[in-house]
Amino acid sequence: MSAEGQNFDVAVLGAGPAGAEAAIAAREAGLTVTLIDEQSRAGGQIWRAPFFQPEQEEIRKSPDLADGERMRERLANSGAKTLFGHRLWFAAPSLSLSTVAADGPHWMSARAFVIAAGTTERIVPMPGVTLPGVVGLAATTILLKAHGVIPGGRVLVAGVGPLVYSVAAGICQAGGSVAAVVDLSRPSEWLAHLPALAGRPDLLWRGLKWAFALKTAGVPMRFGHTVTAIEGDTRVKSARIARVDASWQPLEQIEQIDVSCVSIGHGLTPATETARLIGVPHSFQAALGGFVPELHADRATALPGVYIAGDCAGISGAAAAQLSGRLAGIRAAFDLGALDAVEFERRAGPVRAALKRADRFGQAISSLMTVRPGLAQAMPRETVVCRCEDVTRAEIDRAVLAGACDVNQLKSTTRCGMGPCQGRICSEAAGDLVAIASSRTRTCAGQWTARAPLRPLTVSELVGAYEYDDIPKITPLPG
Amino acid sequence: MSAPDENFDTVVVGGGVMGATVAVRLANAGQKVALLERGGLCMQASGVNAGTLSIQIKRAALIPYAMKGWELWRNPHEWLGADAGFNQVGGLTLAFTEDEAEMLTERMEARRQNGAPVEMIGLNRAREIEPGLSDKPLLASWCPMDGYANSYQLGDVFRAKLREVGVAVHEQTPVDRIVRPGSGPSRGNGYTAWSGDRHFTGKRLVLAGGVWLQELLWRDFGLHLPINCRVNQVSVTERMPPIVNTVLGIATSLLTLKQSRNGTILIGGGWQGKGDPERGGYEILPENLVGNLRLATYVVPALREARIVRTWLGVEGNTADVMPLVGDVPGAPDAYIIGCVRGGYTIGPYMGKLLAQYILGQEPEMPLFDPARAVMAETDTTAQATHDTLSA
Repeated sequence: MSAEGQNFDVAVLGAGPAGAEAAIAAREAGLTVTLIDEQSRAGGQIWRAPFFQPEQEEIRKSPDLADGERMRERLANSGAKTLFGHRLWFAAPSLSLSTVAADGPHWMSARAFVIAAGTTERIVPMPGVTLPGVVGLAATTILLKAHGVIPGGRVLVAGVGPLVYSVAAGICQAGGSVAAVVDLSRPSEWLAHLPALAGRPDLLWRGLKWAFALKTAGVPMRFGHTVTAIEGDTRVKSARIARVDASWQPLEQIEQIDVSCVSIGHGLTPATETARLIGVPHSFQAALGGFVPELHADRATALPGVYIAGDCAGISGAAAAQLSGRLAGIRAAFDLGALDAVEFERRAGPVRAALKRADRFGQAISSLMTVRPGLAQAMPRETVVCRCEDVTRAEIDRAVLAGACDVNQLKSTTRCGMGPCQGRICSEAAGDLVAIASSRTRTCAGQWTARAPLRPLTVSELVGAYEYDDIPKITPLPG
Repeated sequence: MSAPDENFDTVVVGGGVMGATVAVRLANAGQKVALLERGGLCMQASGVNAGTLSIQIKRAALIPYAMKGWELWRNPHEWLGADAGFNQVGGLTLAFTEDEAEMLTERMEARRQNGAPVEMIGLNRAREIEPGLSDKPLLASWCPMDGYANSYQLGDVFRAKLREVGVAVHEQTPVDRIVRPGSGPSRGNGYTAWSGDRHFTGKRLVLAGGVWLQELLWRDFGLHLPINCRVNQVSVTERMPPIVNTVLGIATSLLTLKQSRNGTILIGGGWQGKGDPERGGYEILPENLVGNLRLATYVVPALREARIVRTWLGVEGNTADVMPLVGDVPGAPDAYIIGCVRGGYTIGPYMGKLLAQYILGQEPEMPLFDPARAVMAETDTTAQATHDTLSA
């Protein structure tokens, strides 16, 4: 067996706005391109293609759906080879890539690799967060957009950022029941971002439509509040909410709301595991959502041939993601010699300028979602932080007291982050808690060391059918 | 930190299982000991190996040492303090071809003669012991002593023990150079290990730097002691219902397989990744993961349904003769080497005990392994650490 497979000029990971655009831009420069995504169609999270025919007018006419359809059509006409249903599980600095699909393992190599892996949803845990009936805001979005499914019966929608309103309005429009909206931000904080929002009247308009939908449905709004606990024996029965101070530390005032489902999210964090595994250096930038890869000009990195586009390099939204993907694709084409300097500048110049504007807007929204320290500081000791291995805040505090000073030592002490989610769900909360308990910075608390496989792999997917003689042998060491 | 001129009886360089054991034993004997570790305690080979504590897979010459090491793991209280997850479940080594059966029989006979309680058994008996076994093996060897411990917890357990016995533990403290302050006429004044602007002086010095010993010995002592750097891949599954009871291996030693108490299954066997002493293990070889997993599913078919959640690398140092280094640094009085023990996780604690006895002026219970045999003449300076990779 050999790890040699098909060769491409450019391989792109992630078929959301950033990755699809990078693939299209590289194809326009005449390069051979493959686009890898674990989903069955292009679109990523924001432009996710529905698996059903939406009945509601609002969903059929939603701008995300229209943008997604436009992109899917351009991609289909671009000539990029799409590998949907492929999970990338290993990427070497030599740019050889390993994926698995329904038909088994695949191997390929590329001269340039654009990583557009998107984001991971962040939830700062609270007691009860592991109860059935608690879902992420982004997960709710997938249910609504891709499957037309409303979560639960009476839904409490909580957290921070525009997703709170998009989900709450989406549930109302789809005929569901929203018990209340609990937003960590205050109206004054939303208003403070108006100047940035004014640059994107389309999105501002969409936000107003969400607000109108919620108003029409008579949904109670709690601004400057957080969910402090979720309660129930075998599933969600109620949630406790409290007002927060400026650092998001909950204050005493408590209200209990009977609900059957809590849809909650605290923003997004860049999905950096692929970039870390391949060896791109990262640094912590709270305003961009956490640890982000260090970028050189035009989305290049310290690793030759590796480019990073979209929100996995820092949360900036779909418009910026698409532009950064385009820039990465153009830059890769230039670096590979497919564009001369004049043509490169002609193509890249306008994209750089537009990206700068889009980043300004995207990062303004992102800064609204930057998780403030009070939430983690106030987390009760019994809160389950790592749901795969059942590790509580109390155990994390104890491990730090016993000498663990970064998340990797925490991992070996407590098994936090060692379960099947590979630390994706708890990484940010664990890092914050280590930083708090050790009185060190979040940078010192560090990131998990990235390991292959990048997604859990069933052994049968990898080994396929084989005979004993197919297994390579080496001379054993002396007995 | 500005450097207080602290003096120790012994400075140990390297906080793996061997360095830490020597430090604990010297401190227990009343010495003032410093332990310097460039990263965290037991974060390299001692903490990232697959945790196998099996007797039957050790080289015949090392079986008596492995039996003693095993005893120490079973009774961790004097040298380690707490239990590190020791679990004696017994082990099977399997042969699938006539050639493998012949090699297995020959090797197990040599190991049996040196004291390993191994018996050769047929497939039926092997499947009674391990019902999840495939019907492919022709022959197996069975050793009821075999088992494992949780290697990833070792650093935490040692940290507590070292603190308890008063060893000055300095993690994240890479040693930049070692000098003899009293070189020339006043030889014998000990050694000073420098880390940045900090320094640690000891009457004695123990080098327990694993695969990094080659560079350290050349840089600070001018000795050429070639150490072959092997980069082993290890993988683990998510928690599974019980499907494996024992520690499983094969005659070619290209597989170790066991299920921890927490349900995760560890799969190793010395399949190689990319790495070197300078950077450690830095890149897995995906085709070697596939090979390793093919062997594993050939042995236990139910593993096909397991999900792999992590694969990692650990670097292992071997001398040219694949035998340990335990004894004096040639030409450097009061300086000692310990390392390169194949099966070092099992045997390391006992090697540490022997070296501590030697340093304390006692007669070691068993012979040491004089490092002088592995030192090459200075003219032969081409020796470089290499790593052999599996070629498909």
